[in-house]
Amino acid sequence: MPNSASEAPGGGADSAPEAVPDAAPEDGAEYGPEGRADDGAAYGAECGPEYDLAVIGAGPAGLAGAVTASELGLSVALLDASGQPGGQYYRHPSPALGATRPEALHHNWPAFAALLRRLAAAEVTHLAGHHVWTVVAAPDAAGSWDVHALTGANGDEDRPGRVRARAVLLATGAYERQLPFPGWTLPGVVGAGGAQAMLKSALALPGRRVVVAGSGPLLLAVAASLAAAGARVPAVVEASDYLGYARRPGALLSQPAKLAEAAVHGAALLRHGVRLRTRSAVTQVHGSDRVEAVTVSRLDRQWRPVRGSGRRIACDALAVGHGLVPQLELAVGLGCTTRRTVDGTHALELGPLQETSVPGIWAAGETGGVGGFQLAFTEGELAGLAIAARLRGRAVAGEGRRSPRVLRRRRARLRAFADAMAAVHAPGPGWPQWLDDATEVCRCEEVTAGRIREAVADYGARDARTVKLLTRAGMGWCQGRMCGAAVACLAAQAQGPRRAQGAQPEPSPERRPLAVPVRLGALAALDEPNSPGTAEPKPTER
Amino acid sequence: MPTRHSSDLLVIGAGVIGAACAYYAARRGLNVTVVDRGPVAGGTTGAGEGNLLVSDKGPGPELELAQLSTSLWHELSDALPREIEYEAKGGLVVASGTEDLAALRTFAARQAAAGVTAETVPGDRLGDLEPHLTPGLAGGVHYPQDAQVQPALAAAHLLRAAGGRVRLRLGEPVTGILTATDGRVRGVRTPSGDLHAPCVVNAAGAWGGELARLAGVLLPVRPRRGFVLVTEPLPRVVRRKVYSADYVADVASGSAALQTSAVVEGTPAGPVLIGASRERVGFDRTLSVEVLRRLAAQAVRLFPVLATVRALRTYAGFRPYLPDHLPAIGHDPRRPGLLHACGHEGAGIGLAPATGQIIAALAAGDEPPLDVRPFRPERFGDGAAC
Ligand SMILES: Cc1cc2nc3c(=O)[nH]c(=O)nc-3n(C[C@H](O)[C@H](O)[C@H](O)COP(=O)(O)OP(=O)(O)OC[C@H]3O[C@@H](n4cnc5c(N)ncnc54)[C@H](O)[C@@H]3O)c2cc1C
Ligand SMILES: Cc1cc2nc3c(=O)[nH]c(=O)nc-3n(C[C@H](O)[C@H](O)[C@H](O)COP(=O)(O)OP(=O)(O)OC[C@H]3O[C@@H](n4cnc5c(N)ncnc54)[C@H](O)[C@@H]3O)c2cc1C
Repeated sequence: MPNSASEAPGGGADSAPEAVPDAAPEDGAEYGPEGRADDGAAYGAECGPEYDLAVIGAGPAGLAGAVTASELGLSVALLDASGQPGGQYYRHPSPALGATRPEALHHNWPAFAALLRRLAAAEVTHLAGHHVWTVVAAPDAAGSWDVHALTGANGDEDRPGRVRARAVLLATGAYERQLPFPGWTLPGVVGAGGAQAMLKSALALPGRRVVVAGSGPLLLAVAASLAAAGARVPAVVEASDYLGYARRPGALLSQPAKLAEAAVHGAALLRHGVRLRTRSAVTQVHGSDRVEAVTVSRLDRQWRPVRGSGRRIACDALAVGHGLVPQLELAVGLGCTTRRTVDGTHALELGPLQETSVPGIWAAGETGGVGGFQLAFTEGELAGLAIAARLRGRAVAGEGRRSPRVLRRRRARLRAFADAMAAVHAPGPGWPQWLDDATEVCRCEEVTAGRIREAVADYGARDARTVKLLTRAGMGWCQGRMCGAAVACLAAQAQGPRRAQGAQPEPSPERRPLAVPVRLGALAALDEPNSPGTAEPKPTER
Repeated sequence: MPTRHSSDLLVIGAGVIGAACAYYAARRGLNVTVVDRGPVAGGTTGAGEGNLLVSDKGPGPELELAQLSTSLWHELSDALPREIEYEAKGGLVVASGTEDLAALRTFAARQAAAGVTAETVPGDRLGDLEPHLTPGLAGGVHYPQDAQVQPALAAAHLLRAAGGRVRLRLGEPVTGILTATDGRVRGVRTPSGDLHAPCVVNAAGAWGGELARLAGVLLPVRPRRGFVLVTEPLPRVVRRKVYSADYVADVASGSAALQTSAVVEGTPAGPVLIGASRERVGFDRTLSVEVLRRLAAQAVRLFPVLATVRALRTYAGFRPYLPDHLPAIGHDPRRPGLLHACGHEGAGIGLAPATGQIIAALAAGDEPPLDVRPFRPERFGDGAAC
């Protein structure tokens, strides 16, 4: 593959990325004596050509978008934090682990293998190990975007780099939603998707007897994989009711492949003797310094635990998750409009051809709403076609199975399916009743549910942001990725009936202008813009 | 429209300024209603830093306001719970060259004449105050009166400590100012009803200009954006508020380009705050990489150990800015019954208690604690909104 992180971008004679001159100053003197920190000398090394397209995220959506756009003649840079392409779905063991058949853990390996072949054949510059911390309009080149990334963001080795492009495709995927409950901070409690990812990439199991809990179709897949890999799975505990699917037959039946997939998992679970308990939740984890057992309670329609219904199940690990949350920090930082999804998360508002509300910024995959790898793949292709058409000033091309019309129809079908599932698995309003006031909600800053309720009831917080200001919930290392959903929900609920007055604005997605932490030395080493004409910020504080 | 319970004073805005107005008015026995379209501290108060500085102010009306506030914050630190994170930790302004240092010392001498405590520190003693400060600086001035609060908590606790005389109405935007036939203000309009009061305080911060417009008067408040960088939690590497004196030299030279270095400080919770930038770009939140570069470079220059420390987040806020850099505080003669308490720019946290005390005195018909003429809201004239 022509895609090592260190290789200089561009290159191939026939793809010939337009060699727009490098905007970075070549002469070190330009920086002035104090313009860069000592280790920042490499900055600028990657300020090579301007690309037509920068794709952020090498999951199914980003890969499909990058490959499609490249095949249509665009110069493309594909950046991903991970060392390997594939994203969340096509995770595979690093070669060092010596796994002989990674495909054994995947149902859709051939599709991925085909994408990788196309990637290898295309002139895509794959920048692996690039953590993008922000995307901004290029200050000195109208209509272009600067993608700022860190390489090797471990220890002190991270170095800043910048990729400039005329269009950006955001394919940053999603992360798992966690809802807290008493005991969820005990060692042995892991994310369900995280357990799956560990299994796929490190071939490791979280325990020998693993209860899988939460809500969403991913739980079945996780339980099936864990069982297949040799774990005992005493129960899959699903908070919603799969009967909900029966109420939405249209959208669901239009997806035979998806249903077949579920059936495969179902059959696998039966084979391993796994019990599925619906409308139930883990309401307590037991153990002194590690998980020893969990209490599973029945839930009513609102997801309130039914008193006296608790049953104890012995286990040494709990894999838990409540669906996925689109990863939007880069998009929100750019000012892209979002929408509320049926299960209470935020996703990007997209045009018919995957463009966000900010012209020149496109999105595909989970960023536009969680919908699975097939949808991600479809949207990536559509975005690739549309971006190529825009930049080349032509009509959107593509034939047969890859015609925009076919892709759009497939997208609509898959979206409807995803929305129907999301509605079934949306957290019920009563889930905060799992929490006692002592339950830690923000683990980084050790903020309890009681303190969050107090901030709302007594101190005038009304949303996740002001709860954070008054309690520090969400200010720690994870920047609220872990507790944000729960805090927002507690803030809304603790306000009680006044919320019903309608004056309450829709909560907006959290802002995280730094998508990943950045060393101050790396920030200080960025190059100064060399255009005196632009509105110069004047850092001062009195 | 339903009319609701009337109070003596109606404060628009639950930021630190509105909270301080409510607190001091309640202590004078007034019944106060505070209305905000959002939560407590959801505006600039929740997006700034909590420096309570005298060190950066030359002699003049703003310094007087700051000096009164300094003593009031000290009192408040006893009256309010510890959670407001009040710390009288002092400020340290440093100069890298001898010229800068001379300008800094001249500035400090003028401040001292106006009553500010300012102690000169020779270059070789700076390390005693701040062990991690870069070596080789020419010298500095230590301002022991500079202090610190956590602004959002300070606002929330001021409102709470005001007790039963203060009613909070959150999530209610003010959409109109009600006036009687004689032009006097008699309350405000919100989507859920009218609220009546003989006195209305515009404490709407950067949105104070819009509120003034609703009342039919001009007050040219504009937003001035600032970014703050927040690092991962650290053991105390920075003890005081530390910034470089470059800007003092600029002021002394009379140059139009006012440039101030970032203020670097540790917080009780661990993170180091680096802030803040200043630019007038409207209410635009999009990140400026150049601003972050400068803030980081300035911080690393002062404290080289910070180079390997990670910034976890950054946030932007909008300072309420008036063209002459002074707030508008007091009665608006153009609209009887309307008082303004906004436009504090980059110093609203510091200046909040003095502002609150002035507004409370004026609303109760008493003499304010200091001369408020420099803060006259009508000083920008009646011309078309600029
Ligand atoms: C933990 C987890 C486990 C999952 N397990 C399954 C499963 O077992 N079965 C199943 O059907 N579906 C699973 N899914 C859902 C599945 O991953 C998605 O449907 C599919 O991968 C979506 O593709 P995508 O391209 O939109 O995003 P992803 O595949 O998530 O790819 C996003 C990529 O963007 C990169 N990225 C994000 N932010 C940045 C940044 N700032 N800088 C650089 N790179 C960045 C990430 O490294 C990642 O490679 C899982 C999802 C998660 C989160
Ligand atoms: C980056 C940055 C750093 C700063 N650092 C410092 C510092 O170190 N020290 C310092 O002293 N100051 C600092 N400041 C300045 C300080 O934050 C402000 O001066 C101060 O917060 C202003 O408070 P306020 O109450 O006037 O405004 P706000 O806190 O903005 O409150 C105004 C309130 O009015 C409400 N409102 C507006 N319109 C309406 C309406 N129509 N109806 C109802 N409600 C309405 C808003 O919702 C808001 O809550 C900084 C500012 C920034 C941006």
